[in-house]
Amino acid sequence: MNKNLMSLTILADTKNQAFARSVVAAFCTELNPTITELNDIKTAVSEAVTNCIVHAYENKNQDNKIVIEGIIEDQIITVKISDFGKGISNIEQAMQPFFTTKDGEERSGMGFTVMKTFMDSLEVYSELNKGTQIVMKKSIAIGDEVVNA
Amino acid sequence: MLLKNKETEDKFFISLKGEIDQHSCQKLRDHLDNVISKSNKTKIVFDFSDVGFMDSTGIGIILGRYKKFKNTKEFYIENANPTVDKILKLSGIYTIIPQI
Repeated sequence: MNKNLMSLTILADTKNQAFARSVVAAFCTELNPTITELNDIKTAVSEAVTNCIVHAYENKNQDNKIVIEGIIEDQIITVKISDFGKGISNIEQAMQPFFTTKDGEERSGMGFTVMKTFMDSLEVYSELNKGTQIVMKKSIAIGDEVVNA
Repeated sequence: MLLKNKETEDKFFISLKGEIDQHSCQKLRDHLDNVISKSNKTKIVFDFSDVGFMDSTGIGIILGRYKKFKNTKEFYIENANPTVDKILKLSGIYTIIPQI
């Protein structure tokens, strides 16, 4: 079995969004994903990180962290994104398309919908005042082998 | 997010650039509100040619502009790459802001 793993801790600040996307994308490259597969994963990561920043932490301070873990087993990438913030009181409601608790902030409410659509699976674990963990998986198709001359 | 604009006889094109996410959205929102309100054209086209990445934050921004200006402006979208187009389609935004 091909196996690899990574872990990254970032400040829950929007300036780290692009960095988080790039790190997970770079981690996936050993699976030779297509551009579409890579962009799907980057978008899902961006949605999850946004949720942590916007919803998990109501007091913006330097102690707010997000942990991003990546696991590769054969052709499957698992991405876990965890925060240690306020938690989700009603996960089922939160995952409804277009639902948002931030009315008036022009939020689309599509974060979970994007994660579910762009990845093969999505699980959400949350505990009030402890935090939330998103677990997403995607199977990367085996492409044509590139042989270097 | 740099914006470059051009005009035709009846349309005002806003060329969006770079990556649209939570980090860039506030500045983008302010820029869009500024240029849209100053344009005397009723048809506003969001050109996504140079947008390499967008998550659902961008959907919120575009929809927000539509809601804010819908009484005086018509909005259109063009040149979204396959990745950006995928999220635009998922949102259903093309039903109110069509592609040209």
